[in-house]
Amino acid sequence: MQLQAEDPILVQNYMSGDEKSLEILINRHNQRLTSFIYSKVLDKDITEDIFQDTFIKVIRTLKRGAYNEEGKFLPWVMRIAHNLIIDHFRRNKRMPKFEGSEDFNIFSVLGDNKLDAEKQLIKDQIESDLGLLIEELPDDQKEVLVMRIYKDMSFKEISENTGVSINTALGRMRYALINLRKIIEKNNIVLTN
Amino acid sequence: MEQIYPGHLEKCKLVKAKPATVEFLLQYSKALHVTKHKGIILENNLN
Repeated sequence: MQLQAEDPILVQNYMSGDEKSLEILINRHNQRLTSFIYSKVLDKDITEDIFQDTFIKVIRTLKRGAYNEEGKFLPWVMRIAHNLIIDHFRRNKRMPKFEGSEDFNIFSVLGDNKLDAEKQLIKDQIESDLGLLIEELPDDQKEVLVMRIYKDMSFKEISENTGVSINTALGRMRYALINLRKIIEKNNIVLTN
Repeated sequence: MEQIYPGHLEKCKLVKAKPATVEFLLQYSKALHVTKHKGIILENNLN
């Protein structure tokens, strides 16, 4: 039979630098402390957070040598956890957590317009592929398309910059799009987002 | 007859912190170094 050291001895050993003692202490009181926290907050993720914060406080206090409650390790840890539970409820009172129901989900009306990482990657890939396709166009068509799409210039500005009439610029843009479609169809390229 | 025994209460559930949480705490402890200098306690995380 293996004899288990008492808490005060483990605490003393840990304060003297024995990390293994902390592991024994945490494992010894894990279920009791976690169940205590869970009985108050009734949420597994919050329980994990509070358990973690409790032991971070314990570790810091012990490493600082500021622990002076010999023989009362568990009640001391429970008191820290209890205070953190109170902090949690105080914080939640100031900032109540809103949870959607089956009928209504807040994220259906709230949200940012940013693409998620996957869609952003796809968008970047499409833009890069499109850039290569545009390179295949005749120079006069490419010039008009780049000015219109990438530089956001009006056809009047394009005609002034290229020295052709507005109608010619419009025609080149039209042929640029037609030719782009042809290249896409010919090479079976799929551009989607 | 009226049932006088309560059903299983969620509050009485026995739960344990995840091994990953325990491992994090052990690593945190190993990385945390406290030094005292002229009455000032300095904490260093050597991760």
